[in-house]
Amino acid sequence: MTSTIVVNNIAKQYGDVRAVDGVSFEVEEGEFFGILGPNGAGKTTTLEIIEGLREANSGTVSVFGQSPWPRNQALLPRIGVQLQASSFFELLTAREQIHTFASLYGVSGKAADEMLERVGLADKAGTRTEKLSGGQAQRLSIACALVHNPDLVFLDEPTSGLDPQARRNLWDLLRDINDQGRTVVLTTHYLDEAEQLCDRVSIMDSGRILQSGPPATLVRGLDAPTRISIESGTLAEAQARELFGDAEVSDDGVSLTIATRTPAPVLAALAERGALAGLSVAGATLEDVFLKLTGREYRA
Amino acid sequence: MTSIVSLSKAIARGFVRDRTAVFFTVLFPLMFLLLFGGIFKDQTAPKSEVIQVGAVSLLDDMPADAKTGLSDILELTRADDRAAALEQVRKGDVDAMVEQSGGTIVLHYSAADQVTAGTVNGLFSSLVNAGNLAAAGVTAPAFTLQGQQVEDESLGTIQYVTPGLLGWAIATGATFGAAMTLVTWRHKKLLRRLRLAPINVGSVLAARVGVSIVIALVQMAIFLGVAVLPYFGLVLSDSWWMSIPLVLVGTLAFLSIGLLAGSFAKTPEAANVIANLVVLPMAFLSGAFFPLDNAPGWLQAVGNALPLKHLVDGMQAVMVRGESPGAVLPQLGILAAFAVVTSAIAALLFRWDDV
Repeated sequence: MTSTIVVNNIAKQYGDVRAVDGVSFEVEEGEFFGILGPNGAGKTTTLEIIEGLREANSGTVSVFGQSPWPRNQALLPRIGVQLQASSFFELLTAREQIHTFASLYGVSGKAADEMLERVGLADKAGTRTEKLSGGQAQRLSIACALVHNPDLVFLDEPTSGLDPQARRNLWDLLRDINDQGRTVVLTTHYLDEAEQLCDRVSIMDSGRILQSGPPATLVRGLDAPTRISIESGTLAEAQARELFGDAEVSDDGVSLTIATRTPAPVLAALAERGALAGLSVAGATLEDVFLKLTGREYRA
Repeated sequence: MTSIVSLSKAIARGFVRDRTAVFFTVLFPLMFLLLFGGIFKDQTAPKSEVIQVGAVSLLDDMPADAKTGLSDILELTRADDRAAALEQVRKGDVDAMVEQSGGTIVLHYSAADQVTAGTVNGLFSSLVNAGNLAAAGVTAPAFTLQGQQVEDESLGTIQYVTPGLLGWAIATGATFGAAMTLVTWRHKKLLRRLRLAPINVGSVLAARVGVSIVIALVQMAIFLGVAVLPYFGLVLSDSWWMSIPLVLVGTLAFLSIGLLAGSFAKTPEAANVIANLVVLPMAFLSGAFFPLDNAPGWLQAVGNALPLKHLVDGMQAVMVRGESPGAVLPQLGILAAFAVVTSAIAALLFRWDDV
């Protein structure tokens, strides 16, 4: 059986700008796949080509074994696309919005109401979309993308502009969508979001995919040191250097940080001395992966 | 089909809940109808106001029944202060001052308002002629003149302003409706969202056209309903129903203008400005507010290139001039052709996206 999505060496140029420059990847059925990178990396254009909104200059795309371009009406009922939170009919209530979208797919009003309930907006059904908060509007737009029960869902930066609480609520909803067996493709410029949600990610920059794989594998592949921090003053900096010869030790007056590739003996030694006040242990993150791949700090 | 219905519902709800849109497409033109219809209601027989100073035998010796007849068109007041009376004429408070010296009747008038001056001059010259005939002993004149209006005798201002203002209202509703829907939906990426739904592009268009046609027919019903009230006194000719197809085809023409305007605008604000720049001058150039018979030829030529002119002409012909239904076929044809050509250009310029 072929993969749900097969992208083969696609490229898209706007004038002199190579927005997408030879991108290839596959997404398996049921997978939660993330395309991440800073703004302008080419994530959205890549997504639009797969959705069938744009034609690639070269390369091929297959979704459920079919080409999405030119506009493929057979494919549309099987995919759900969440655009931006503002893509609503003006002056309609939340309930009227989702009912309108439902009827475009031939879905009953009852199913639409259930979907509204599932994203936790049943009590906002009579509220005009202009009056919804950012998180509520995002959830409604996701509900509108899911109302016809698609097998494949595209989410373009679903949490941008949301406060941390709303983001976490939305993450739960997205996990829930994926747990039901749907294939989810997500673009995001939040690396922590990709780490939290995705089975596999592709890191994009300047129109190219730099690396793909499960977030944990990418991070482990870095072979980056683990950073162990304790409260400054718990242990003298000189003593720490003496104890952990192969580690990098620094003290910024707030925390004493020991960066080591062998965290177990370090932790044991600290415990032995009772020097565990304010302990925190941090591994590498996707940010470190990005830094290593591009040689520059990650800036969303 | 269900998608056309649900999209139509969404558009119609959006329109009805948008107070500004409802105001400018229905209430605002209706206000003009009430104003024009009300202000000029009694203007069909304006009386000439004249001050008489001293004795004027022509007027003083008139038989009583002739005096009564004259009072329908002439409001005569007497005054003794000649200078004050002349001052009143100068200021435009009265139309003229009349006095007599020997066999000469002197009429003082102001040329500031030429229509009033002409009316009052004509009136007195006919009075003098009649007086001369009577003095010469002619009781049965060889020629008499009877003026007869060709239209229904009830013809008032309302007959002229209703088709014009209704045409303007319909042009506003359809042009703005199409332009705003296209630009707002594109701007909010709703068009792309609809492109990703399994529906025909034609359904989106059909929904917008359907809603605009219903709005136009509602505008027509409200306008005619108000204008035929006894207070305004609109009298519809027999084949007034022929204005329904005119309104339908006219709406299509204005929708196509809106789509064209919408292809150029990037933001809803810009679409609003462009639509305004089109509709308001078009209304003036099409004789929607006042007749253009005295306008220079090139201005009338510009008006002839605009669909509103033909809609207003057609509606005036069948609504109030009592022409036969077939008389507006040219207008129907012109409006349809305009709609087809403009839609074709708009289709060429159509973009799903801002980028």
